[in-house]
Amino acid sequence: MRRETLLNAALMLLLLAVPLWAHVTDEPFTITLATRAVIFAIAGVGLNVALGLGGLVSLGHALFFGVGGYAMGILAFHAQTYAPLIDWPVTIDGTKSMPIIWLVAIVTSAIAALGIGALSLRTTGVYFIMITLAFAQMFYFFTISWPAYGGEDGLSIYVRNGFPGLNTMDPIQFFALCYGLLLLVLFIVWRIARSPFGLMLGAARQSQARAQALGQVPYRLYLTAFVVSGAITGLAGALFADLNRFVSPTMFSWQTSGEIMVFVILGGVGRVFGPVAGAALFIVLEHSLGGLSEFWHIYLGAILLGVVLFARGGLYGLLAGRERAHD
Amino acid sequence: MTDLVLDIRGVCKSFGALQASQDIDLTVNRGEIHALIGPNGAGKSTLIQQIAGGLRPDAGRIIFDGRDVTGLSTAARARLGMGRTFQISSLAMEYTVLQNAVLGALGARGDVFRFFRPVMRDADLLATARAALTTVGLDGFEALRTSELSHGQRRQLEVAVALTLSPRVFLMDEPMAGLGAEGSRRLMELLNGLRAQAPILLIEHDMDAVFALADRISVLVYGQIIATGTVDEIRANRDVRTAYLGEEEDA
Repeated sequence: MRRETLLNAALMLLLLAVPLWAHVTDEPFTITLATRAVIFAIAGVGLNVALGLGGLVSLGHALFFGVGGYAMGILAFHAQTYAPLIDWPVTIDGTKSMPIIWLVAIVTSAIAALGIGALSLRTTGVYFIMITLAFAQMFYFFTISWPAYGGEDGLSIYVRNGFPGLNTMDPIQFFALCYGLLLLVLFIVWRIARSPFGLMLGAARQSQARAQALGQVPYRLYLTAFVVSGAITGLAGALFADLNRFVSPTMFSWQTSGEIMVFVILGGVGRVFGPVAGAALFIVLEHSLGGLSEFWHIYLGAILLGVVLFARGGLYGLLAGRERAHD
Repeated sequence: MTDLVLDIRGVCKSFGALQASQDIDLTVNRGEIHALIGPNGAGKSTLIQQIAGGLRPDAGRIIFDGRDVTGLSTAARARLGMGRTFQISSLAMEYTVLQNAVLGALGARGDVFRFFRPVMRDADLLATARAALTTVGLDGFEALRTSELSHGQRRQLEVAVALTLSPRVFLMDEPMAGLGAEGSRRLMELLNGLRAQAPILLIEHDMDAVFALADRISVLVYGQIIATGTVDEIRANRDVRTAYLGEEEDA
């Protein structure tokens, strides 16, 4: 078997084994940490579609993470207060059903990505980074000043939303749900990366002139990637909100955007499973170094610097070598 | 149907005070290789960019297959059948040779927005790509990354990608630059046969190649076409000798 396949399998097994072990030894906090890693991994896999496959350096993916989070927050808030979301022309009630919340999170963040991408992708390079950052900051300050849904204090949801046939309040069952979604998202992105669209998107990343000479408009390819990317990160946001049973404007903050990008860079830009490794490493560091010092981000910074300077391919580049070009 | 495939009428382009194209008329007919020669800085690449769509002319029109394409984007012109090779290779360097060729075949087929079927398992695309690679003599290098190819091999791959597009006209910007004697000879044979498939507008520095291949030659000097004609006419043309060929002899 190829080294990368082995690494993928080992990574996914480890990510499954740790919470199972914690379940057996009755350590729910470890399960929560693993669930956090899985949700961050989904967010990173989403960003990787734009950043890795499309070469679009978005520093605004917190926006989609936050939109997903607030999709959950707002729907669940209306359900728990029994106040309909909309009264007119038809009554739409809130919901505590995860599948519906996920769908709403995916659709709203995809729509947000379509609008923001359509504007942002007219710029390139540092301007693109800045404009995506600016959009996320706009949402951040908007939610802070929006009293209907908690403003700066955020929204607390008292009971985790439900999924048919599962007890989502049981940590291991909620973990299993998130893990299943991660597998699904990985499968989708893996297929996209190898699809006609993925091949052409990669070509546009490497040479816009090439894509044009082949009759393609790079803008359309980028925008499609950006929408897929935003939708996946939005799903992660809804899960993250459900994990904490809390949403706040912090989800929109530029630190969140930075962290999602750190998952991708630590793991390996453009590698399908890279963000999973990156997010897992991030959680391990956050937990172990966070115990040493409140300022653990200093160490994270040093490690990130090391990766950028000496291991461009991230963990995957280090452990699995260069990506196989095609099979 | 006329024989006229590409018809460039009165194209002008200036950059500040520099007139890179001055009222240029140029035609490319079915079945011919039309070579565009001229000293460095004469405006050859500027002209080909205006034809391919990368630059918009200040004045004049580009008629392609009877259709005015002056206002169309590069991508739209490519879809209509302009197959371009670049002076500075613009291949996808991280991709393998085969992937680059498949990319061309995919671009030609046009169904890019498909997200689930593995593209490198598509038998039709692979067949088109492999045939083009065999034609240019790169069939043994399929699995090599493009960044690992020699300069000359990248040139060959550029041509192979253009072949997979099965275009209605080839626009080739110095395809032989940097090729060895053997490589040039091979490519000349290839281009010689290619004109039956689609006419070629060939920008080339290699005079031996141009005189051996071209049906017609246009000479561009300081943004103006000073002569157009057959090989013999161009050889005999006094203006061309002083403005261009003479310089070469002096050098």
